[in-house]
Amino acid sequence: MLDAAWLIPTVPAISFALIVFFGKRMPKHGAEIGIAAVGASFVMSCIAASQWIDRVEEATGHSEGLGAFGKSVFRAAGEQGVEPVVNTVTWWISGGLHFTVGTTVDGLTVMMMFVVTLISLLVQIYSTAYMHDDRRYTWFFACLSLFTASMLTLVVSENLLQLLVGWELVGLCSFMLIGHWWEDLANSRAAIKAFLTTRVGDIGLMIGVIVMYFAADTFSIVGINEYALSSGAEHNLLLAGAICLFIGIIGKSGQFPLHTWLPDAMAGPTPVSALIHAATMVVAGVYLGARVYPVFYEGFSIGDGGVNFMALIGGVTIIIGALLAFVQRDIKKVLAYSTVSQLGYMVMALGVGAWTAAVFHLFTHAFFKALLFLGAGSVSHSGSHHSFDMKSDMGGLRKYMPVTFATFMIGSLALAGIFPFAGFWSKDEILVTAGETGFEVFMVVGLIGAFLTAAYMTRCVYLTFFGEYRGHGHPHESPRAITVPLVILAIFSVVAGLINAAPLGIEKFTEWFEPTFAFPHLVHSEFDYGLAIISVTIAAVGIGIAAALWFSREELGPFRGLTQRNVLARKGYTFLENKYYLDHLYENVIVDGTRGVVARAFYWFDQHVIDAVVKGVGLVAARIGRFTYDVVDQQGVDGAINAMAAGTGDAGSALRTVQSGRVQRYALLLFAAVGLLSLAVYLANTL
Amino acid sequence: MDLNYFLILSAFLFCVGVYGVLARKNGVLVLMSVELMLNAVSINLIAFSAFQHNVSGQIFALFVITIAAAEVGVGLAIVLLIYRNLKSPDLDKIDELKG
Repeated sequence: MLDAAWLIPTVPAISFALIVFFGKRMPKHGAEIGIAAVGASFVMSCIAASQWIDRVEEATGHSEGLGAFGKSVFRAAGEQGVEPVVNTVTWWISGGLHFTVGTTVDGLTVMMMFVVTLISLLVQIYSTAYMHDDRRYTWFFACLSLFTASMLTLVVSENLLQLLVGWELVGLCSFMLIGHWWEDLANSRAAIKAFLTTRVGDIGLMIGVIVMYFAADTFSIVGINEYALSSGAEHNLLLAGAICLFIGIIGKSGQFPLHTWLPDAMAGPTPVSALIHAATMVVAGVYLGARVYPVFYEGFSIGDGGVNFMALIGGVTIIIGALLAFVQRDIKKVLAYSTVSQLGYMVMALGVGAWTAAVFHLFTHAFFKALLFLGAGSVSHSGSHHSFDMKSDMGGLRKYMPVTFATFMIGSLALAGIFPFAGFWSKDEILVTAGETGFEVFMVVGLIGAFLTAAYMTRCVYLTFFGEYRGHGHPHESPRAITVPLVILAIFSVVAGLINAAPLGIEKFTEWFEPTFAFPHLVHSEFDYGLAIISVTIAAVGIGIAAALWFSREELGPFRGLTQRNVLARKGYTFLENKYYLDHLYENVIVDGTRGVVARAFYWFDQHVIDAVVKGVGLVAARIGRFTYDVVDQQGVDGAINAMAAGTGDAGSALRTVQSGRVQRYALLLFAAVGLLSLAVYLANTL
Repeated sequence: MDLNYFLILSAFLFCVGVYGVLARKNGVLVLMSVELMLNAVSINLIAFSAFQHNVSGQIFALFVITIAAAEVGVGLAIVLLIYRNLKSPDLDKIDELKG
């Protein structure tokens, strides 16, 4: 399976075509094809993952089960490490350059394939109930299949060019799915915004790919990683490449300041939000960061422990995302800003050299964020009449929707980083590594983020599930197609963290999935009980304060109505509610500025310069044309042709007298000719 | 006997045939003149064959006679059809292919 990894993205891609052409005629309108294809991909991903784990354990001679003695010895396998399995075919040849497509399978790839296919499978099953009776049901499943196929293509890519193809396809699919209900203008605007905002980052990515090609003389990911780590690497070139690639990550993974598209992307159906936020869209950026990590590691000099671009952006994103989550009324927007903030954690972790922690957080976050989104979808499907407004249509739902409530609670606790849920282990690993590699500032930022996360999730859970029901429908539990995926994801949200639970001596995630080939030697920090206790305490305090505010008899207690009484608080609230005026900046200042000033300048330039030039050229061309017509065409060319025609006609008239139609006349000419020829031959011979 | 006598006879016959083909208006007579030309050629072939002791000329002559018979059959059929359509065997009247 490691060599045949190309099958994993191919199956959903074929399913896309099948659903488009035959979906409507199938008994389940195409859903069964999509689920079967993603299911097959999921099985293949599991096989690939187990084969990769065998390969790693064989190479390290370390297969005595759970590795019960703390620090494993996986680095002892020799300096070369476990090579990725690379397969390529030539795509096209141009000017002696071979462009290839292929697959690179290593720990990161199999881990991502597992997550992507599992979440896609659950989302598709969930969608059969959630999207029931949708007017474009078949098309929706086709898009989901293509979305999964695109993300898998991106994940298994052998080179950056192929990765770019997957990257753009993912963007396209998210555009189609966010705008699934395009009849509503707001939805299609959100789709366009998501597409264009990520395109801004894509420019950076494209330039980055080109820079890396000229630096390393190859598109191959392994080749680029080897180049970045080699002693002959040009540092400035790596820095330029890393910055450009990072701009791509900012766009795709919703980092400050291009995070504004992510909350708007909530316009799409909820299963799509889950897919975008957990598995197939936004993590593509983090995946890219992890994939060509040596470029960032060397380019940003992460090993030296200074503040760098990547960690800084990640840190800023954590805080601004978390703060914005407080002022949202829409449950999905709370989750969206939470995703922004969690992606900030991942990027910050990459920026401080905590590769494994970043990827581990990606892994655990995928489960609990998918769980939370699907839970929110379940609430709107069965509890609040398709509304997502927590303040006007929800509340008190825990009595009506016990399964949704229980799983949502698990997801929230995992997100808040409470022991022993998945989020605790990965978040803690980020904080520990940040503290040990000399990035203490970012450790503090992470702790503040953990506090805010716990607090806004408490608010969200309170508004949704506690208090009195404020909606107008008849809330009830969702059907099984919705609750079963929730339960599965909840189980993963509880246990997924244990795969890298350092104090229990389990570091399987590090061992199996961290590359050992062409990879910088990173610091692997010890588990720090003190820090773990501090982070859980901080999260608990966050929950406590938020609970005290919202659960108290009079909501918000002494703070109730604070924004009416205090100018400063009101200003802060308004500032947050307007999302730091970033959308304002983009739309009114940048877009309108372009439309207004720049557009007017261009209009003047168009009218007065380009039009004049065009007009002049046109006039001259017309003159030349007239002259050509009168002299060259009419007299020269036409004359010659008419003369030829007349000559041919005259010759024809002259010759037609010979064609009398009388056989004897022809015979006479024949004999005369033979006679003359004979005479000529005779004379020629005798003279 | 001298070969020249035969050649002169054959040349005379050929010229008569050519004159007939070119000058007569009646299709049947034109066909007969063609026969004369063919026979003149046959005489030539036989004469050379006899004087050079080589039978292939006489075999040629036999072929010429056979082909001539077939050709006359086809030719007379054509003339007959012309006569039926035009009520006249006059070849000058058949000039449909005039340019």
